[in-house]
Amino acid sequence: MNIIRYQDPETTLWSPFERLSQLREEMNRLLDGSLAGFAERAGLFSGWAPALDITQDKDTVFVKVELPGLKKEDIDISLHEGMLTISGERKQEKREGEGETFREERYFGRFHRTVTLPTAVQADKVKASYRDGILEIELPKAEEAKPKQIEVNVS
Amino acid sequence: MNQITKPVERKTAETGTRPTNYALPRATIREEKDHFLLDLEMPGVRKEDLEVTVENNELTVIGRRKDGELRGELVYRESRPLDYRRVFDLDPSIDAGKITAKIEQGIVKLTLPKAESVKPRKIPVGD
Repeated sequence: MNIIRYQDPETTLWSPFERLSQLREEMNRLLDGSLAGFAERAGLFSGWAPALDITQDKDTVFVKVELPGLKKEDIDISLHEGMLTISGERKQEKREGEGETFREERYFGRFHRTVTLPTAVQADKVKASYRDGILEIELPKAEEAKPKQIEVNVS
Repeated sequence: MNQITKPVERKTAETGTRPTNYALPRATIREEKDHFLLDLEMPGVRKEDLEVTVENNELTVIGRRKDGELRGELVYRESRPLDYRRVFDLDPSIDAGKITAKIEQGIVKLTLPKAESVKPRKIPVGD
């Protein structure tokens, strides 16, 4: 039997300023990373949704997804008509012993994200890597999507 | 029996406010017979950028992100380019000198062994 007692004397006291600062932090969180916050909240409705960034240079579209704690083989990437889909499953680790989990803030189970790419890409040249819990996908732009220098002859 | 059985998260810093320039990593806390397990999600943090300290029975885990730079121009962003930090008060049963940490694919895994003296021990009953 476990009786869990809140043991930090500071937090057992009523501390209005702490509450305020927490509220402020939460507000900042909502406002600063409005998309990030939204993505996290969106997770409430559809399992979970990892944070995703898209950048590009003149030749390549880069997609970066925060996916801590997955196995490479549990991530699926697919490309269909200019839509990139990243899906997979985060499996709960099997724990031996008869321990007990006190706090679980992490999301487990399936996730699914689909984004529209900013330009057409060469599907056969897509590269992906997974390191430090970050999935990075490099999608070379299709030739016709690259910006072209057009020479104008001024006569 | 008033067994305190988990590392309690410390919500107040010295000034009463939490630093706002850090992201709070999601955590899982689990207790096994002779140790606690604490997992923290810190995507983008490498082993050399992880800092785990214990002071005054307070465990601080900081993960610094070095992957903040985005390649090329931004189209869409949801990630927050913040370092991670979270502080826990340690359960008195934890042997702070024996805490170990590793990081695997953005998950910091801490093992916090209980001190020998508090492990359940079978007491033989004499005749």
